[in-house]
Amino acid sequence: MSELEAFRTEIRAWIEANCPPEMKTPIKSDDDTCWGGRNFVFQSEAQKQWMERCAEKGLTVPDWPKEYGGAGLSPAETKIFRQEMARAGARSPLNSFGIWMLGPALLKFGSEEQKRHYLPQIARGEIRWCQGYSEPGSGSDLVSLQTFGEDKGDHWVVNGQKIWTSYADKADWIFCLVRTDKANKYQGISFLLFDMETPGVSTKPIKLISGNSPFCETFFDNVVVPKHQIVGELNRGWDVAKYLLGHEREMISGMGGDGGTASLGGGFKDALGDEPILRAQLAMFDVESLAFRAHSERFMDEWKTGKAHPAYSNLMKYIGTELNKKRHELVMAAGGSDALEWESERSHGGKRARDWLRTKANSIEGGTSEVMLNVVAKRILDMPGA
Amino acid sequence: MAMTYNEDQSMLRDSARDFMSTEAPVAHLRKYRDMDCKDGFSHDLWKQFAEMGFTGILIPEADGGLGMGHIEAGIVLEEIGRNLSPSPFLSTSVVAAEALKAADKAMRDRWFPGILAGETVIGIAIEEGKKHHPEKIALKAERSGNGFRLNGAKQFVVQGRSADMLIVAARTGGAVGETDGLTLFAVEKDAAGLSMDAARTVDSAMAARMAFDGVEVTADAVIGDVDGGWTVLAKMLNAGRTGSAAEMVGVGTGAMDLTFDYLKQRKQFGRVIGEFQALQHRAAHLYGEMEMARSAVLKAQNLLDEDDPRAELYASVAKAKAGLACCLSVREGVQMHGGIGMTDEYDIGLYMKRDRALAEFMGDIYFHADRVAKLNGY
Ligand SMILES: Cc1cc2nc3c(=O)[nH]c(=O)nc-3n(C[C@H](O)[C@H](O)[C@H](O)COP(=O)(O)OP(=O)(O)OC[C@H]3O[C@@H](n4cnc5c(N)ncnc54)[C@H](O)[C@@H]3O)c2cc1C
Repeated sequence: MSELEAFRTEIRAWIEANCPPEMKTPIKSDDDTCWGGRNFVFQSEAQKQWMERCAEKGLTVPDWPKEYGGAGLSPAETKIFRQEMARAGARSPLNSFGIWMLGPALLKFGSEEQKRHYLPQIARGEIRWCQGYSEPGSGSDLVSLQTFGEDKGDHWVVNGQKIWTSYADKADWIFCLVRTDKANKYQGISFLLFDMETPGVSTKPIKLISGNSPFCETFFDNVVVPKHQIVGELNRGWDVAKYLLGHEREMISGMGGDGGTASLGGGFKDALGDEPILRAQLAMFDVESLAFRAHSERFMDEWKTGKAHPAYSNLMKYIGTELNKKRHELVMAAGGSDALEWESERSHGGKRARDWLRTKANSIEGGTSEVMLNVVAKRILDMPGA
Repeated sequence: MAMTYNEDQSMLRDSARDFMSTEAPVAHLRKYRDMDCKDGFSHDLWKQFAEMGFTGILIPEADGGLGMGHIEAGIVLEEIGRNLSPSPFLSTSVVAAEALKAADKAMRDRWFPGILAGETVIGIAIEEGKKHHPEKIALKAERSGNGFRLNGAKQFVVQGRSADMLIVAARTGGAVGETDGLTLFAVEKDAAGLSMDAARTVDSAMAARMAFDGVEVTADAVIGDVDGGWTVLAKMLNAGRTGSAAEMVGVGTGAMDLTFDYLKQRKQFGRVIGEFQALQHRAAHLYGEMEMARSAVLKAQNLLDEDDPRAELYASVAKAKAGLACCLSVREGVQMHGGIGMTDEYDIGLYMKRDRALAEFMGDIYFHADRVAKLNGY
């Protein structure tokens, strides 16, 4: 048996022995997701156990180095771990912006001290992070951001406003883009980390069309940020921000594959007898979705081994999110009037309809589809600039 | 299984790319088209394929071949597609080789050496209607003496008239529409009672319609088991579908490269048209579609090489997705070239024609999307 196969056997047995049965049932709502953080309330003992057991083995962040709370798995081992998790139907033990976004950026740009301080807290689910990028006047044109950090010697005093900050009201810390040089557009932004409990930080939830309020306006009123809480160099935060966006886009693109269900149409077998055109649309969708699954696998194999184009995650994000929107359109169509229920017990509080509406943000958050296409055209296809 | 090429595969790609672009570029296709070649391909080129080792990629080492897999065959097919090189590679070295692997030693010894030498061409006679429905095969094979007598008709036999041997799928039992009761026969080109009507297709290849009027074959001509031909036919179909999908990745990529080059050269309104965002977005979208097709094809090839049962499903995913992406590529290609894209002199139209022909080979987008649905139980 090859070493990898031995690893597969071992990890399969470990999941078998350690994943509580409740953690092998499908996620029903956002509440079933373990986000971690100072104020997180576990839904069940099983959820807590599963996260803690994984964290102990470094498996909440399998490919991070051991000294920072990971399991130090190679790309091939990480792939096997994910396959075995999917095979067992095991839920992700811990999700967070720390894992998806800040962690990779710290691994690349953080000082040794920062890595040793922040990464294990993320891996153990102790600190929940939010992302302070967008501002009212700076969405797609992010680099025009205005939130300003005034240099006060050993600290900055930050003033300004962020918007669309996901889970800002639930997060413990924020990674935030702050202008530190007004004269220099790209090289005048710094990447700062600070506690959301710092005096002067306040948040105001915004309600989404899905009826939920997962994101906020975030205000900074003379917020003091010590100088050692900068990641990367002064005024070079844009490099960190872009690198992080690459990981964010990679993460969002994963949604197109949708948790292992092989076929969307297969789930509606019984309802399609009288719906030939809907069946045909589902069949065309399944072609796309299975192709995308193969594509994600290829992308991961290339990305993790450094063979993918550095801008490739933009393409993945575009394809994955557009596909996910299409998936939910078809789920609604197949659900017919049943899927319209918004509040009933039967519909799990209108889950289908709310999920459908939520997916419309997929092609906006983390950079819009149009912006993704701009980046692909310019950076990958080398099209001339306007 | 990794979804990337290993070192040997990358080397094969480089040599196939080099070979095809120097020995059989689009100008080569034009030349054979313009001289109204009755074969639709060059026998000399076919010999060169053999010298490169391409013809024996899927032939087992024990039979003198290279014993490689569908990934390697696909690497060659992609370069064929990119250059629109006319050759019997797909029918002979992919589909027929897959069938002959299941044949007895005598038959393998009869045909493999010629394929390895680039001297033999084999035609695949499956289709009976204008659309692909292999389970509807009706061409009849009745027992006669120690052999069989074939009656019926076939069409869309690519390079059929140039073939030394035809692999014919016939019905020895069961009802039309059933996969049981089919048998595969190796029928030599000069068999009595076999007549052909070859016509040029839109892509400048030659395809034959064939009539079997009491064609007699011996029992030795059977490939696989009598009435159990579907087992081998299914393998041929998986190989042919995945293989034609790989060729379409080449066709689509070739058309896309031509188009992207043009976007960077052509000027209107005082600037290069590639600066227009409307075109940039369509270009980026097209690139994504081609990339997805490439991944779907690579997945199918991987699964075939590992003898994984999911290869059935992925062969259809690959053929459907490659069909969608390649068709988009040639349509966008012609449109983004403007008027020059409509001229015979410019190459983009040739890509559009090859796409159309490959689209019909062993099941189109709709056939395969339907099959994906059926394999998923709806
Ligand atoms: C659910 C959700 C969660 C979010 N979470 C966060 C978060 O946690 N932190 C954070 O910082 N931000 C977050 N965002 C913000 C998100 O990143 C922005 O909404 C996004 O970048 C788009 O900016 P905008 O909303 O200002 O739209 P705009 O930039 O005003 O875009 C409006 C339209 O114009 C198009 N457009 C703009 N520029 C171009 C161009 N150059 N070419 C072609 N078309 C163009 C866009 O594609 C879009 O269709 C979130 C957004 C959503 C919806």
